[in-house]
Amino acid sequence: MTPNVTLVIAIGVLFAAGVYLLLERSLSRVLIGVVLLGNGANLLFLVAGGRAGRPPIVGAADEGQMSDPLPQAMVLTAIVITLGMTAFLLAMAYRSWQLQRHDEVQDDVEDRRIARLAAIDERAVTDADTEATAQSLDEEAEEARDETDEGVVQP
Amino acid sequence: MSDWTWVVPLPVVIPLFSAGLTLALYRRPRVQPVVSVTALALVLAASLVLLFQADNGPLVVDVGGWAAPVGINLVADRLSSLMLTISSAVTLCVLLYSLAQGRDDDEESAPVSIYHPTFLVLAAGVANAFLSGDLFNIYVGFEILLAASFVLITLGGTRDRIRAGTIYVVVALLSSVLFLVALAAIYAATGTVNLAQLSLRLPHIDPDVRLTLQVLLLLAFAVKAAVFPLSAWLPDSYPTAPAPVTAVFAGLLTKVGVYAIIRTQTLLFPGGQLDDVLMWAALATMVVGILGAVAQDDIKRLLSFTLVSHIGYMIFGIALSTEAGWTAAVYYVAHHITVQTALFLVVGLVERVGGSTSLTRLGGLAKIAPVLAILFFVPAMNLAGIPPLSGFLGKLGLLQAGVDAGTPLAYVLVVGSVVTSLLTLYALVKAWNKAFWQSPADTPRRAHLPFGMVGPTAALVLVGLTLTFAAGPLYAYTERAANAFTLRTTYIHAVLPDGERGEGESADVTEERAEEQPDEQPDEPATTGEHP
Repeated sequence: MTPNVTLVIAIGVLFAAGVYLLLERSLSRVLIGVVLLGNGANLLFLVAGGRAGRPPIVGAADEGQMSDPLPQAMVLTAIVITLGMTAFLLAMAYRSWQLQRHDEVQDDVEDRRIARLAAIDERAVTDADTEATAQSLDEEAEEARDETDEGVVQP
Repeated sequence: MSDWTWVVPLPVVIPLFSAGLTLALYRRPRVQPVVSVTALALVLAASLVLLFQADNGPLVVDVGGWAAPVGINLVADRLSSLMLTISSAVTLCVLLYSLAQGRDDDEESAPVSIYHPTFLVLAAGVANAFLSGDLFNIYVGFEILLAASFVLITLGGTRDRIRAGTIYVVVALLSSVLFLVALAAIYAATGTVNLAQLSLRLPHIDPDVRLTLQVLLLLAFAVKAAVFPLSAWLPDSYPTAPAPVTAVFAGLLTKVGVYAIIRTQTLLFPGGQLDDVLMWAALATMVVGILGAVAQDDIKRLLSFTLVSHIGYMIFGIALSTEAGWTAAVYYVAHHITVQTALFLVVGLVERVGGSTSLTRLGGLAKIAPVLAILFFVPAMNLAGIPPLSGFLGKLGLLQAGVDAGTPLAYVLVVGSVVTSLLTLYALVKAWNKAFWQSPADTPRRAHLPFGMVGPTAALVLVGLTLTFAAGPLYAYTERAANAFTLRTTYIHAVLPDGERGEGESADVTEERAEEQPDEQPDEPATTGEHP
């Protein structure tokens, strides 16, 4: 089996772009990343299914020239699933924007707590990064946006 | 073939149909619970039937009448049936609990109209993943349960739940993409996704390619099963959901991943090339997980970390690649589903009585709610593995299997298991002392516990105890399941009769040929018969 080089390169580009976008903080970019990744995986499945060929309809062509229908059926299923998941992610990004006027992934509670504990300690770390601002990493961490205390309705 | 094969699709079909029905009845909040409870009770009954029938050999159903390897099939062997029985018992208890919670107070955690359909879809997805005899169908099962779990984890759409849901959803989607890539690679290498046919074809492909496929699949499943280094998402996302939702997630979702690891490791990749890697992963999962639990002061987070750490025990059993190890691992999965779910339900009750799950704020609950104290103590000790409870039996089986294996690495794992057990005991006793016995920091909210919530929790605790009393027959059952793993032929023969090459054609064609052309070759391409 010799896969189509153009398709293989396209898969690589889709995966690279998808992974890059997944690492962003904004949910809408993550959403686009998921879409690209999903499309890359679907394309990979199609290429994995073997070479292109005649339509897989019995009687339309002889069997040796037909393309394999199974991966096509599976990719169709996967496309539908990706669509549903994308819709949910979009709804979640919108809800996030409704709640706090930005759709960035928020800091984790535990991380914030640890950062605050670290800030209570002495200046532990100074290095080339922090000397410019004359701040320790802990102080910078403390100044980072913190949603854990502000605007949260305490149960 | 026995007469009971018609039962096999029911655990998937009944919840899906009932989900549609409850969705149609969204304006009838009194009818919805009746439908969903009936559906899950029927599923439990069907699973019990399968549990006893599968002991005589796997039951196979060809979906849509297409025989394997072309069609999709559902296979109920001992492992699937056992998982299905435990999981349907657990989902039923959690559903009853959440109904009582919804009746008792109208918080935003109360079942809204979307809760019932989603919960049923989750049950259907879990059942589909357990029963599927086809890797792609396992993927579909995963996606069904994930879609339902996304909705459940963000119920109400509050700020905290969106925060937790974000992490959960993105990680889940990433693992799905990994699984899809693994599927594509497997199809490219072997030309099939049917489990039985894969187990016949995989030995004939290049060993390096086979190892790559194994790593891809294991990565995808390890994210879902929360095996350390891929477990960081779990303690951040589970605790914020409503108590019943967290309980059912903790009990089932990670175990579906563990089930998939067991199935693929035993059926597709026997011989254990990656066992050493899995051993180290198991050790890291146990130790890192339990150290996380020791450091927590919120019961829900503490339990999430114990959940991660005890996944390590199951991976340890799988990685031993001996019948004894597999036996203990399957038993341990059954035990852990019940115990972990029961504990999360108890914590839901604790939160109602004490008004918080923070160990620094709770206190003195033993005086206010003695029943609750007992309900917490029994599964907590069970999780830590105090004799004679089922957790002890499962751990003992694992330790014995590890000592039998006798490799240095296995001994390291045995020591790790014991240390993890002791640390689990420490973490849970700390929680128990602080929540139930220390003098309370602020006055507890109320001591009202509706029977509808205590009942299902007690039922689950009792199921956990049943695993102890019925340990003999159950252990024998898992032993037979593990024995079938090593043989593999029973599974393959059940799915692919006809000399280990499935007929791969529609039932219509087979019938027509039997009627009209009794002498035709059985290996022509399958077509749907034209009815004269």
